[in-house]
Amino acid sequence: MERAHLVHLYTQMLLIRRFEERTAEMYALGKIGGFCHLCIGEEAVAVGAVDALRPDDYVFSAYRDHGHCLARGSDPKRVMAELFGRVTGLCKGKGGSMHLVDAERRFMGGYAIVGGHLPLAAGVAFAVKYRGGDQVVLCFFGEGAVPSGACHETLNLAALWGLPVLFLCENNRYGMGTPVERAVALYSDVAQNAAAYGIEAGRVDGMDVLAVRDAVGKAVEQVRTRQRPYFLEAVTYRFLGHSMADPAHGHYRTKAEVDEAKKRDPVLLLRTRMLSERLATEADIKRIEQEVAQIVREAVEFADASPVPPVTALEEDVYTS
Amino acid sequence: MKATYREALNQALREEMRRDDRVFLIGEDVAYYQGAFKVSKGFLEEFGSRRVVDTPITELGFTGLAIGAAMAGLRPVVEVMTFNFAILAMDQIVNNAAKIRYMSGGQLSVPIVIRGPGSAAHQLAAQHSQSLEAWFCHVPGLKVVAPATPHDAKGLIKSAIRDENPVIFIEAQLLYPMQGEIGDGDYTIPLGVAEVKRPGTDVTLIAYSKMLLVALEAAEKLAQEGIQAEVVDPRTLRPLDLTTLAASAKKTGKVVVVEEGWPFAGLGAQIAESLYRQVFDYLDGPIVRVTGRDAPMPYARDLEDAAIPDADQVVAAAHQVLYRT
Repeated sequence: MERAHLVHLYTQMLLIRRFEERTAEMYALGKIGGFCHLCIGEEAVAVGAVDALRPDDYVFSAYRDHGHCLARGSDPKRVMAELFGRVTGLCKGKGGSMHLVDAERRFMGGYAIVGGHLPLAAGVAFAVKYRGGDQVVLCFFGEGAVPSGACHETLNLAALWGLPVLFLCENNRYGMGTPVERAVALYSDVAQNAAAYGIEAGRVDGMDVLAVRDAVGKAVEQVRTRQRPYFLEAVTYRFLGHSMADPAHGHYRTKAEVDEAKKRDPVLLLRTRMLSERLATEADIKRIEQEVAQIVREAVEFADASPVPPVTALEEDVYTS
Repeated sequence: MKATYREALNQALREEMRRDDRVFLIGEDVAYYQGAFKVSKGFLEEFGSRRVVDTPITELGFTGLAIGAAMAGLRPVVEVMTFNFAILAMDQIVNNAAKIRYMSGGQLSVPIVIRGPGSAAHQLAAQHSQSLEAWFCHVPGLKVVAPATPHDAKGLIKSAIRDENPVIFIEAQLLYPMQGEIGDGDYTIPLGVAEVKRPGTDVTLIAYSKMLLVALEAAEKLAQEGIQAEVVDPRTLRPLDLTTLAASAKKTGKVVVVEEGWPFAGLGAQIAESLYRQVFDYLDGPIVRVTGRDAPMPYARDLEDAAIPDADQVVAAAHQVLYRT
């Protein structure tokens, strides 16, 4: 991979990391409300996967969607403004943290009923096939969605009808506080669930952005050319709590386990690699850090200075006239 | 031209599919079997399996898939074999179809029609006989249509397909064989417009879907007593054409609302409340509701008959609002 590409991936991951850290601060200050799920620790999956797509491909996400949206190139100002509930937000303040949508970038949204967006992703793929297009639909979801009926019905339909969807399961081990082995019968390799429907499946280290980029690149190519779904499990870990409402480890996992996982921090892994392979200097890393800090600072300033939606907007966008 | 309700739907869907390649029909047994109630007779032959799509028995999955297809610009018509099975797709309908436009701040829309028979047929028992329109009418973002005649079914399904919003289109198994006069060719009936089905001056009977036929039968009986009942069919339940309903209520001052569904939080309660807000001062007395009974639908024929409103109950309700006992 070329140096510039690596720098781009690193910058994207760092942007998501710093954006999420500032989001936590803004949440603590009461600028952001509601349920808010941060993806710190899972940046490599978002960045590596989205990097393998074309601009005309589609992306679906669940409620932990900030990273996916930023990776797709959405303006951090408008993402932060959405979290602030401001009229300048991507969805004019009506969606919030869990429902980011950027239709222009074919980021089809974050959905907050676990498993409920998988059929939608298959439906967009159905439309692609119906029209004879060659776009791919990338659908992110957590391992918590794997045992849901929505997931199994969708896998069956996608396999049955040869739909161009890449099901990307972000296995961060926990569905809120319940570990995968207490939720999924075939937990040691959740991709086996897809195999039951004749869907080709693979597994990748979700902390290694280059491995993710490579695996998703191959999977996307296969989906596009063969017009068949693919199921990829990215093994990752969430460094913070399930949402802003709970601590990093709580009762369901130990601090030691979290600390152990942090040794494979995806941002640090790539940084170390770039430095050791002399693909970047300390000065480069420092410059990127400053650039990202500037973007995030401006995003917060933009959000904070933006007006709240007028009350007259409340009943707008319910129906298309 | 005469046609049955089933034929009217068949014609309308066929014409819309010929008119617009984005329109496709998806559901259980719609293609090879030609529809559980034969609404899609001949479709597979004419349009092929690309546009007439048989699904496995997975309402959540195929309804959600169709919603996704609509988000990407197609215009799916989902046939639910009966609306009882739409309960399995309720999360997709309520949380996705109805809300995606709003949550995205207007960036995405979901032009989908979900159609099939609702209400009771003959002795199908509790899980296959229920009127769920109130569930759907409760949700902002959805439109709900329940036509009673072949003419209305044809004109309204066309408008539903051309609408940019998700439309729940409730038919009735017992209406499919009913014959009636329908308009020629490509006509549409706008959503949200009620129709006076029988003019009258003494009492207003509001009824939709199968209950329109019951109300018309009651009006005939009332006429024999010299009472001129006006029968109004909202046709679209959301948005409700309150203007037409209120005009009739104002004229007669006496209102009976007939619905097949359960009484508690039923649609008649909403219609009555809306009318009270608009025309309370014009009413001679309280609005009377005739509803299905407050129990799951029993299998036994006698019990089932007793559970569903009939013309005599509507006549009795009319007597009540007219203070004739």
